[in-house]
Amino acid sequence: MKSSMTFHKVIIGLLVIYLIIPLIGTLLFSIAGKWDHTILPENYTMKWYMELFQDERFYDAFKRTLFLIMMTVGLSVVIMLPTIFIISVYFSKWERLLQATAMLPYGIPPIVGAVGLIKLYSDGPIQIAGTPWILVGAYFITILPFMYQGIRNSLRTLNAVQLVDAAELLGATKFQAFRTVVFPNIISGILVSTLLSVALLFSEFAMANLLVGGRFETLQIYMADKLNSSGHLTSAIVITYYSMILLLTGTVLKLTFKKDKGPIMSNKKRILSIFKKQYRQKNTALEGEN
Amino acid sequence: MRKIKKQKIYLLALLLPFILFVIGFEIGPLVAMIKNSLYADDGITFSIDQYLTIFKSKFYLQAVKNSFIIAIFSAVVSVIVAVIVAYSFTKFSQKIQNRLLMIANMTSNFEGIPLSFSYIILLGNNGLFTLLFGKIGWDLFADFNLYSWTGLILVYVYFQIPLAVMLIYPSYQGVKKQWKEASSLLGGSKFSFWLRIGIPVLLPSIVGTFSILFANAMGAYATAYALVGSNYNLLSLQIASLVASDVTLKPQLGSALGVLLASTMIGAMWFNERMMRRIRRDLR
Repeated sequence: MKSSMTFHKVIIGLLVIYLIIPLIGTLLFSIAGKWDHTILPENYTMKWYMELFQDERFYDAFKRTLFLIMMTVGLSVVIMLPTIFIISVYFSKWERLLQATAMLPYGIPPIVGAVGLIKLYSDGPIQIAGTPWILVGAYFITILPFMYQGIRNSLRTLNAVQLVDAAELLGATKFQAFRTVVFPNIISGILVSTLLSVALLFSEFAMANLLVGGRFETLQIYMADKLNSSGHLTSAIVITYYSMILLLTGTVLKLTFKKDKGPIMSNKKRILSIFKKQYRQKNTALEGEN
Repeated sequence: MRKIKKQKIYLLALLLPFILFVIGFEIGPLVAMIKNSLYADDGITFSIDQYLTIFKSKFYLQAVKNSFIIAIFSAVVSVIVAVIVAYSFTKFSQKIQNRLLMIANMTSNFEGIPLSFSYIILLGNNGLFTLLFGKIGWDLFADFNLYSWTGLILVYVYFQIPLAVMLIYPSYQGVKKQWKEASSLLGGSKFSFWLRIGIPVLLPSIVGTFSILFANAMGAYATAYALVGSNYNLLSLQIASLVASDVTLKPQLGSALGVLLASTMIGAMWFNERMMRRIRRDLR
């Protein structure tokens, strides 16, 4: 029994080392001064970070990414919240159609999406290929599955339909009911899916590169462009970028953990858990037979 | 009555922005891509030339094959690793399990450009480990070339493993301790338990995870772009250079390849669904 536990410890140890080594290596490299013939760096320095933080291009790229994210996520909340609310309250027969439309982008890789978008917007009446606006539209669709899931689930937990009925009985108009009852209650509920979307867009490269490229340099494009510069500088970029992602996903994990106290299943893989649920149901059915 | 109707129209108007976005950026591009793939190079004549070109060209078939092999290979390796690792997960206390999942979750975000960066920094031509191993005199990495098939596999497996672990881990919760006890009471060995009960229960999850990983690798672009640029013949890289590069712009051909890629992914999902249904029927 004891020896089998050692076996599991070794397995887990190897996995953790395998997953963490590239990160540790990059981190060390970004703060290393001289490091070419020893196991650990001979001396440490912050000069690569100083160099990075003095680079105007880095800030500009960062600002552009932030602009895109805020535009897209803001637009998504403003549009999706009423849409899902209206459909689930007044047009419930369309709910399946809405679900299919919202989940479809999950099965389309960005590279395929980009092919059609380029075709559609490089000529014809709306020529927005190469401008940030095409990215706003494309990203709106990219985050659609996550926003849809988040908003629909919080509307359900809130019992929004019954709440609006109650508010109407008490004399409120539909709009009043939405604005004063549903909206304030839902905002904290969709925080997680909003943060997820932010993290997802933060790391989006394919669409940005194919649709806009160097004409609107986002953080990811900036990184790809720096590919051939000094290894120390690029590691500093990678570490800075990854810390931001960690901060975002860390917040998401904490929020989810607090909410359901279950095992951690968050991140973009949360969507995939839909298909997991089917097994769980099956298993509980089997348990019932025990 | 009239008031209700008016209200409905008003509500429908509120749905308009959503409908416009979906048509403009989801359905529209898909239709445009399929339509575009059915035109000859001039963009006017209606034909299936593009598909014929692909199936006659060694080059593009090679791209499809390379993507396919890399997707299958990385998915198989990751699923095997994940099945073993996720089982080991379950042997630890709940607190440690949560920590381990957290690590898997965090590292699963390390993908695309930054991941390739990291591998180039560590194992590239002038990489940290490459130089270090060279000085120490380990020949293990002498023949290793990151900018090749081996390198791509290495990086693909890295971003697939955390995802695979997170997808397979929950299904181990479905393998109940009582079943193990029942099986051993009835004289079953540990091996026969896994063969007859454990693996069949896990199988739908394994197959499902496999098809997700396969699709994930087929569509991956950023990682390959940063690592091998256009030096390696992969489907996603070819599509990108056909629709968005300055040298070889052939949007119709790119669209046809895009349709092929999309159908492979739909095929993977369909396969997944079918397999699960079949396995479930057996269980009942």
